[in-house]
Amino acid sequence: MQAGTTESPLVRWTLISLALLFMFFFLVLPLAAVAAEALRKGFGAYLEALKEPDAWSAIRLTLLTAAIAVPLNLVFGIAAAWAIAKFEFRGKAVLTTLVDLPFAVSPVVAGLIYVLVFGAQGWFGPWLMAHDIKIIFAVPGIVLATVFVTFPFIARELIPLMQAQGTDEEQAAIVLGATGWQTFWRVTLPNIKWGLLYGVILCNARAMGEFGAVSVVSGHIRGQTNTMPLHVEVLYNEYQSVAAFAVASLLAILALVTLVIKSVIEWRHEREMKAIADMPQERPAA
Amino acid sequence: MASAISPALPSPVAPVSRPVGKGGRGAKRVLPGFGLTLGYTVLYLGLIVMIPLSALVFKTFTLSWEQFWVAVTSPRVMASYRLTFGASFLAALVNLFFGLLVAWVLVRYKFPGKKIVDALVDLPFALPTAVAGISLSALLAGNGWIGQYLEPHGIKLAFTPAGVVIALIFIGLPFVVRTVQPVLEDAEKELEEAATSLGATRLQTFMRVILPSIMPALLTGFAMAFARAIGEYGSVIFIAGNMPMISEITPLIIIGKLEQYDFAGATAVALVMLVISFLLLLVINGLQAWQRRHTGMPA
Repeated sequence: MQAGTTESPLVRWTLISLALLFMFFFLVLPLAAVAAEALRKGFGAYLEALKEPDAWSAIRLTLLTAAIAVPLNLVFGIAAAWAIAKFEFRGKAVLTTLVDLPFAVSPVVAGLIYVLVFGAQGWFGPWLMAHDIKIIFAVPGIVLATVFVTFPFIARELIPLMQAQGTDEEQAAIVLGATGWQTFWRVTLPNIKWGLLYGVILCNARAMGEFGAVSVVSGHIRGQTNTMPLHVEVLYNEYQSVAAFAVASLLAILALVTLVIKSVIEWRHEREMKAIADMPQERPAA
Repeated sequence: MASAISPALPSPVAPVSRPVGKGGRGAKRVLPGFGLTLGYTVLYLGLIVMIPLSALVFKTFTLSWEQFWVAVTSPRVMASYRLTFGASFLAALVNLFFGLLVAWVLVRYKFPGKKIVDALVDLPFALPTAVAGISLSALLAGNGWIGQYLEPHGIKLAFTPAGVVIALIFIGLPFVVRTVQPVLEDAEKELEEAATSLGATRLQTFMRVILPSIMPALLTGFAMAFARAIGEYGSVIFIAGNMPMISEITPLIIIGKLEQYDFAGATAVALVMLVISFLLLLVINGLQAWQRRHTGMPA
């Protein structure tokens, strides 16, 4: 049946096959290769590689970094979205663009700017050295670089969402005597919870997987300042292929879990939207 | 959440609407927390982003114009620009066509496993770039799953500029799909029916009716994939081979200069990249504004 808005089955299945073939080569095969390379010498060797103390310290550092960077950007994201979505002020468009800026900056440049500020030759370098504080080639630098590259994730999820929701419900709560905090916790937060979760998991995935920016500020001290992606690089360059892919497989699992959570949120959101659309209109449109 | 799919899409925020008449400035200020949240936003933005970025500009000022020019136009750096921009452009072009194809298939057709395919499109956003890099180079190396079939025919992809393009196709894959998909979903089928009933073939309908309506989204996705590819480091360095003048990308030049303690040189090249990415950000914002006007037109 051709209703004028679709193609013949032959064209249809050719296009579908081409698209799937492209996806297979560029997405499925790389994922499969990670699993295959990690298990090349059997499951025992795989587990051995993950038991390495250096691998463990990399895992711990990655978790620590994400545990600091994500909450920081969460608080920022909520504050920025509240100010930008709920109020009108001069310079809002500029501020919104600046929030996006870290996405446009190359990760390597992101690492470099912190070296220029905190490194030995940098602005605060001499002062930090005199007080025996290490930021670059140490954990604080890694956290800072990660905060920079994941800076916009949660804010940019929340801004359009909160703009679309307007301010009517919050205003009603305030007029009825709720405090600002109560309004936020009881009115705003339930409305944005899915968008918030969505931003948090994407922010977390990037925080745990960042390579370029962290590579510049880390100094690659084994067992101390290597995150998981950096540890993968070290192992790979030492031709410890199985070990490299074993650690990489953990990151690939993280990516898959992220995609699953993300899809579940999207499907949920779709269902809710459909439920709202199907609902009989109870009140006249405002 | 269609507008919120990709973490790297500049936000689809509507242009600032000045408060006019009723419900304007006065009404909005009923809500508390404006000073606190705006203050915190500006402070955090300043500390994390603006001050460190300004260090880049100030550091560059310690160079004379001539030193700066020599640093950013030396032959090795120029070769890296050619590779970075050339490979990014090619990769974005491939993604333009295949991204449109994938978006089209996902929106218009039904097939088994469609939801999984749809979810998988975002893999390059979720998979750490270093993992993508080692995995692609394992695939394309002479003994890899794909490389073993290509190498006997004299086709070498790993550790060549072609490998760079492949890594960048992977990195930029979701952008075009995710910008075009929502526009295709909203497209009105009546227009296509009208075109068909007026005697247009399906291909004519696509070229004259559908393509113009998705053009802004298509170009936005292309620009985003291009912008992302220019700055990409993690996935590329594992597959590029990193030979000076041949397969060395610009971000790697910065790293190389840093490792030789040539801070000024690294900063100069970084500033060039920063300015280019900022210009691209403006282009993307402009494209998105165009798209809003396009789709915002009364039906």
